[in-house]
Amino acid sequence: MAKRKKASQVCILTVTGKDKVGIIARIANTMAKANINIIDVSQKIMDEYFVMSLACDIAEAIIDLPNIQKQLQKIAKDMDLNITFQHENIFKMMHRV
Amino acid sequence: MSITVEEIFETVNMTLRQHFDIRTVTLGINLKDCMDRDLDHFCGRIFHRISEKGRQLNAIADAVETKYGIPITNRRIAVTPASILLEPLPRTQNAAVRLAKTLDTAAAKADIDFIGGFGAHVHKGATSAEENLIRSLPRAISQTKRVCAYFNLASTKSGMNMTAIEQFGHVIKDLAKRSKTGIGCAKVAVFANVPEDNPFMAGAHHGVGEPDYSLNIGISGPGVVKTVIEQNPTCDLTELSEVIKRTVFKITRAGELIGREVAAQMGIPFGIVDISLAATPAAGDSVAEIIEAMGVSRMGRPGSTAALAMLIDAVKKGGSMASGNVGGLSGTFIPVSEDAGMIRAVKEGALSLDKLEALTSVCSVGMDMFAVPGNTPADIISAIIADELAIGVANNKTTSVRIIPVPGKRAGQIVHFGGLLGSAPIMPVPKIASPKFIARKGRMPAPVQALRN
Repeated sequence: MAKRKKASQVCILTVTGKDKVGIIARIANTMAKANINIIDVSQKIMDEYFVMSLACDIAEAIIDLPNIQKQLQKIAKDMDLNITFQHENIFKMMHRV
Repeated sequence: MSITVEEIFETVNMTLRQHFDIRTVTLGINLKDCMDRDLDHFCGRIFHRISEKGRQLNAIADAVETKYGIPITNRRIAVTPASILLEPLPRTQNAAVRLAKTLDTAAAKADIDFIGGFGAHVHKGATSAEENLIRSLPRAISQTKRVCAYFNLASTKSGMNMTAIEQFGHVIKDLAKRSKTGIGCAKVAVFANVPEDNPFMAGAHHGVGEPDYSLNIGISGPGVVKTVIEQNPTCDLTELSEVIKRTVFKITRAGELIGREVAAQMGIPFGIVDISLAATPAAGDSVAEIIEAMGVSRMGRPGSTAALAMLIDAVKKGGSMASGNVGGLSGTFIPVSEDAGMIRAVKEGALSLDKLEALTSVCSVGMDMFAVPGNTPADIISAIIADELAIGVANNKTTSVRIIPVPGKRAGQIVHFGGLLGSAPIMPVPKIASPKFIARKGRMPAPVQALRN
């Protein structure tokens, strides 16, 4: 019997901070290494400020949520950014009836 | 993406910049099946259950916090009222103190900062076990760190137990004297119409109508509400009410999601979301500052009561739309010592004890965390309690009093409690009140509103 695909687990990542080289590269790399599939990205620069929101699916991830958070917070610290990573249900609950 | 970028950043900013958090997840635990005539057996059983469930609560709350990125600031436990648990045991202070110490060490082992339920419902009268519990209270609370006590001294249905209210004047003074700042009194609240599923300390307990376990959530977002009010500086009050309602809807939904998830992971029923706006001493996390953002020059000045009434109404409308399980206290807390704006209002003379009482006639919680001179006579403390509880009884609502007579301090001085409990300016009280009225004791009959059948 074919292995059933796990139900998707969508999380939303946000990044804000001063724009610099390599923000998306570093985040995308971390995601790829963890086998996290990026499904949507929206990014812009507002007065030198980098603002990004990214949706990804962690259903097939090879590391757990606390470790994903840890790696993202390391990037935030290294590159002086604000990074949040939250399950999409919190946004659905707050903004959709 | 079905959620817009603006909506994502609205949520993210609530936690990053506006102090939005889940203030508490409180696990209610039934301990009635642990009751025994043997004190050792009884204490052994409750220690085991509380420490194990407490550890589980902490671990699951940590995981849910990581998943949703919303801080769960406090994890607390509420147990079956201690007076029920003490019924089969000897009527000695040692038994009651031993129970308090067991609750304290079990909470410490599970890394739970406060455990509630060390209390009784004596609004109509007290059993001998309840009388013993009240007598033991100063010792039990002063010898423990994490135990919170509540006593229901009045209800709309049965009137006011003035004998107990008279006694509590002395109990509170005795407890205050046992520490330098009177801090013990911060862990004791007396109530009219106490709710059985309130997740907030000091009044939390696992009521007799509750199942074996229940998971209750206290959300909090004074900073979020204040920010949306500031973003609407000129709109009229009808529109402002709408803006508050929408915001409270969102934060209540977040609370409901997290409460349900914690309960599901623990395998226990979800109880209620308490939509109270609870302040902390942190800058920008103040209910008084919401009232000031609405346009009142300083909390306590004329206009404050009307503004607070509108705020709470909007909070209730938004919250009850968001969750079918709104319960507990669900109003607005205005504790003096825990709210930077309240402290400032008292220091500047804008807020007096009289106005604080008036504000509680529209605010659910009552006169909370306020300090008075250490030499305030017991009968005046009783009279303040009687006045406040009468507001609750006559208006069919919950009211409470958490009063701290600080030993050796005079009106105008400041007492620092530290941490979440904050600091409080000592408020002046009249030199003489109603000693003869309080000395009458007895039961004030239920008001005519009680006859609803």
